[in-house]
Amino acid sequence: MKRKPVRRGASSMNKAEFGPVHSEATLGREIQTKIGEQLRAMYDDVVGQGVPDRFVDLLRRLDKQDDGERQ
Amino acid sequence: MKIDPSVRDAVLAAVPSLRAFAISLSGNVDRADDLVQETLLRALANIDSFQPGTNMSAWLFTILRNLFRSEYRKRRREVEDGDGSYAETLKSQPEQSSRVEFEEFRTALAKLPPDQREALILVGASGFSYEEAAEICGCAVGTIKSRVNRARSRLADLLSIESADDFGPDRATRAVLVES
Repeated sequence: MKRKPVRRGASSMNKAEFGPVHSEATLGREIQTKIGEQLRAMYDDVVGQGVPDRFVDLLRRLDKQDDGERQ
Repeated sequence: MKIDPSVRDAVLAAVPSLRAFAISLSGNVDRADDLVQETLLRALANIDSFQPGTNMSAWLFTILRNLFRSEYRKRRREVEDGDGSYAETLKSQPEQSSRVEFEEFRTALAKLPPDQREALILVGASGFSYEEAAEICGCAVGTIKSRVNRARSRLADLLSIESADDFGPDRATRAVLVES
C-alpha cells in the first residue's frame, strides 16, 4: 500500500519556495505539444514508408481485368 | 475494370496516409494493410459516387473509417459472447506494430475509445480541419472538437506525464537504448 504523501499546510505554500514553476496552463500546453509531436512522429514514420508493392500490384491487376488479361 | 490513370495516381498517392491512419487506428500493421486494400477495392468499385473536384483523400479516409468501425462493432459483438480472446488480440497488437520508440504512445492510443482516437488522428496527424474530420466521421464539428480534447487529456493521464520534461528526448533516448 502506498502512503499518501503528507501535504504541506497551506500556510507554508509560498510560491517563492518552489522556484520558477510553470503555470498549469503553460504546462498543459507543453504536454499537449509533446503529445502532438509523438502522434505525428508515429504517423509520419508510416507515411515515409511510401506505397508498398502489394497496392501497386493490386491496382495493376484490377486494371488488367478489363482487358481480358485476368491473371 | 478500367481504371482512369488520374484516379489510379490519386488513389496511390493517398495510400501512405491511409496506411498511417489505419495503423494508428488498429495498432496492427497486417490488419491495417488489409483495411487499406479493402478500402481501395470499395473505392474503385464505387468510383462513380466520387464527385470529381472534391477531396479524394477525404473520401478514401471516410471509406476506411467506416470499414474499421463496422469491423470494430463486429468484433465487439464477438467479445460480448466470447471468452476474452479479443482482449488477448488487443494486448498483442502493440508488439506487432513497427517501432519500439512509439510503443508506449501506441499502447496509450489503443486505450482511447475509437471515436476519440479517430478524431485525434484525423485532426492531429492527418492534417484534416475540424470540419473535414466531422464530415469523415459523420458527426458535428463540435463533437469532433470535444472528442479531440478528451483524447488529449486522456493521453496525458495515460502517459502519466507530470511535466513536459518527462516526455521527450529522454524517453526517446531510452527507447533507442532498449532497441540496440
